[in-house]
Amino acid sequence: MRNQQAAQLLFELSRPGRGGARLPESDVGTTPRDDLLPPETLAAQPPPLPELAEPDLVRHFTNLSTSNMSVDTHFYPLGSCTMKYNPKRNERLASLPGLLHVHPYQPDETVPGLLQLLYELQELLAEISGLPAVSLQPAAGAQGELAALMIAAAYFRDLGEPRTKVIVADTAHGTNPASARMAGLEAVTVRSTPAGLVDLDHLRDHLSEQVAVLMITNPNTLGLFEQQVAEIAEMVHAQGGLVYLDGANMNAILGIARPGDFGADMMHFNPHKTFSGPHGGGGPGAGPICVALRLAAYLPAPIVVREADGYRLDYQRPRSIGRVRSFFGNVGVLVRAYAYLLSHGPDGLRRVAENAVLNANYLLARVKPVLPVPHADRCMHEFVASAAALRKERGVSAMDLAKRLLDYGVHAPTVYFPLTVPEAIMIEPTETESRETLDALAEVLGQVVQESSDLLHEAPHTTAISRPDEVRAARQPVLKWTAPDASA
Amino acid sequence: MPYLFNTPQDQREMLEAIGVASVDELFDVVPPQLRLRGPLRLPPAMGECELTRHLAGLAEQNWHAAKATCFLGGGSYDHFIPAVVDALASRGEFYTSYTPYQPEVSQGNLQVMFEYQTLICQLTGMDVSNASLYDGGSAVAEAALMCMSVTRREGRVVIAGSVHPEYREILATYLANLRTELVTVDAVEGRVPLDRLAAAVDDETACVIVQHPNFFGILEEVAEIRRLAHQRGARLVVAVDPISLGILQRPGDLGADVVVAEGQSLGNPMSFGGPYLGILACREEFLRRVPGRIAGQTVDRRGRRAFVLTLQTREQHIRREKATSNICTNQGLLALRASIYLAAVGPRGLRDVADLCLRKAHYAARHVAGTPGLQLAWDAPFFKEFVVRDLEGNVAARLARARRAGILAGVPLARWYPELDDCFLVAVTEQRTKSEIDQWAQGLAAAPAREPAGHA
Repeated sequence: MRNQQAAQLLFELSRPGRGGARLPESDVGTTPRDDLLPPETLAAQPPPLPELAEPDLVRHFTNLSTSNMSVDTHFYPLGSCTMKYNPKRNERLASLPGLLHVHPYQPDETVPGLLQLLYELQELLAEISGLPAVSLQPAAGAQGELAALMIAAAYFRDLGEPRTKVIVADTAHGTNPASARMAGLEAVTVRSTPAGLVDLDHLRDHLSEQVAVLMITNPNTLGLFEQQVAEIAEMVHAQGGLVYLDGANMNAILGIARPGDFGADMMHFNPHKTFSGPHGGGGPGAGPICVALRLAAYLPAPIVVREADGYRLDYQRPRSIGRVRSFFGNVGVLVRAYAYLLSHGPDGLRRVAENAVLNANYLLARVKPVLPVPHADRCMHEFVASAAALRKERGVSAMDLAKRLLDYGVHAPTVYFPLTVPEAIMIEPTETESRETLDALAEVLGQVVQESSDLLHEAPHTTAISRPDEVRAARQPVLKWTAPDASA
Repeated sequence: MPYLFNTPQDQREMLEAIGVASVDELFDVVPPQLRLRGPLRLPPAMGECELTRHLAGLAEQNWHAAKATCFLGGGSYDHFIPAVVDALASRGEFYTSYTPYQPEVSQGNLQVMFEYQTLICQLTGMDVSNASLYDGGSAVAEAALMCMSVTRREGRVVIAGSVHPEYREILATYLANLRTELVTVDAVEGRVPLDRLAAAVDDETACVIVQHPNFFGILEEVAEIRRLAHQRGARLVVAVDPISLGILQRPGDLGADVVVAEGQSLGNPMSFGGPYLGILACREEFLRRVPGRIAGQTVDRRGRRAFVLTLQTREQHIRREKATSNICTNQGLLALRASIYLAAVGPRGLRDVADLCLRKAHYAARHVAGTPGLQLAWDAPFFKEFVVRDLEGNVAARLARARRAGILAGVPLARWYPELDDCFLVAVTEQRTKSEIDQWAQGLAAAPAREPAGHA
């Protein structure tokens, strides 16, 4: 399947003098460039980019694409990533010239449709979150977290309270503590109980007037709803702190419960997950944030406002934390989110959550006889199984199982996260999978755990490569192609 | 719902297998007082046909590059995008996959990342590139943090006032809660003055940040700036326009330590500001401090060449609060588009695009010299953008007049530079034809209808 065009690098396919785009002749004369610019600023040669004919390029990238698993081609139950179907209509709508080929500095009166769309999206997110003030600017969930923590820092500065700490759960995504540090705050980790929920006693020990923000993921990364979230929020609020909701798992509670109603003061959405913006091989995402009214003044500027004569971008926000991203954020991703929300409406969104939870629980019920699921008999949108017993008995690890699933045409679940579960296998089927697909995964897992340890250690067996040496990659980093003769 | 599978019968059987009576029972874990009492107040669902009509209606209200002639720049440009970029990047295998956590089934994305990194190193003349950041602006901020980490200097970051104002704002936001002082050296006559820049750099300065060509389109004296930065042990960060590297000396060859750029120009639509990609490339010394994803080459268990995500001990999912950055995505799809673009145009194509931009921008600028009431703000070498001063001082009215002729003629500078409230920024890409440029000049020159004549 994998032919030369994919196996070789662009640079190995390159031949001097081949290909290259043919540009129109200059219709404004051909003044030598060194008459227009100081000669010392000019390069003698253009950069040494590869030279390929267009058919070469097409075959190369097309063949490369086929060595990926993707939602369009495979079941992709990658926990915590919500790999749901990416509707084709959203791709087409986001490519409308009036949305795609619009310059970010066009005057407001030349972009009324876009401003209306973005304004309405702000309103939709406010309603879904229960938090009324929205900024669409952050470029990803992690940047949304960072912006929100900066909002908290600015808020407490204005109150004259030098709070320095951010509490995160031990099951939190790694971005939570990393964002805290980037906001100049200190991350403090609270434990989970054996049941997988935030340990309230441990939390109480850490709560003080030093705490600016508690970050909570709900449902958490074990796929469990933090039932005491309201009490937790009250405890934090009693000390004057703010509650941040990591919205990574909103898919489970769309139309069921709203973070603003269970005590969150700030949150981000991951539209590339929850609202099906495609994941793009790693991005782009977007990270719109929603906050309580008393924090609205601190949101990154600009935001879209509606006035009697139409919509405009409001830059006059003196208490804003400033910008975290240029222009207006990842608008193309936001357009897809808007289209997704309008496609579903209130009932549809609730059915998304219901079916995500139904699918996850059904798969949990089918997987549990095969692999222990330490934390519960029930889950929300995902669950975390453990290969700890297999590891102990037969030396078969979570990684071995993950790799073997690839042979069966299933993308592996997330493994070794959250860190609190040994040999974790985190499975999130999403609502856009059929029962047959879920049955097939359960059956495959049942089969895989019966297979010989040797077979599993060496899996996958059917892919173009198997078990690349990651230690070598890190110790002797080769991060770019180098011409063979140049290395001499 | 078009994307759901479960029929009522599926649902019944699935609930039975789970051992519950209803879907509602699955949500018993959500305390009743926390649940929504009614449906969300959202507009009712639209079918595809209705939705398409609605979005087409919204899209139609906006001016776009095929409907109006775009001379707007300032970090986002109307460059030509070859069809091959759209055709390849719209393959579902690319855009519906995710971060390559399982290298065996992600060699396509990983090899693209490795190729992207190589292309960026070729383009900039640097040793190392990551697999992309969010945008040019946050790349500036990440570059500053990286320099602070490598130099172990947290005292000061010095930035030229001729760097994109939004990039500077982002940097200020990122530094607001840290102890580091941000010193901005204002531009004089469209460029950063070397003496004032030198005076701003002290022994606690982590880096000096300049843009070349700068926000006004003007070339900075990068080699001189490198000398003055390095004299005090500070690193030099240069923000570039990737298209300009078709003809300009590469920042790596000019001695930059870190190169950042907005990658939109490389095959990505303007999309009202995003999604874009932030380019970040640097010298070897930064290797283990680079933010974001990086792909590396290795071998698999049978010795075959393979690509993996590497140096992950820098990253948040391993190091949590000790990570070099909180970033956990790259802009994979945009980096793919940039890679296809660079490979499609090749070295001569990129040079030709840059040459056309240069010549057309200079042609447009010559028009300005011949238009009463307008002049070039400064006499300094520029690439594809330049600043026009309206001697009548009424930029808004003049741009509005041009707009009536269907021309987006420039970006007013007053929002960022109050002292330049009589100026606007003009960008000319390879897409603009001679006749469009002539019309642009006429549109700007046209006598104001029913408005008093200006007095310069």
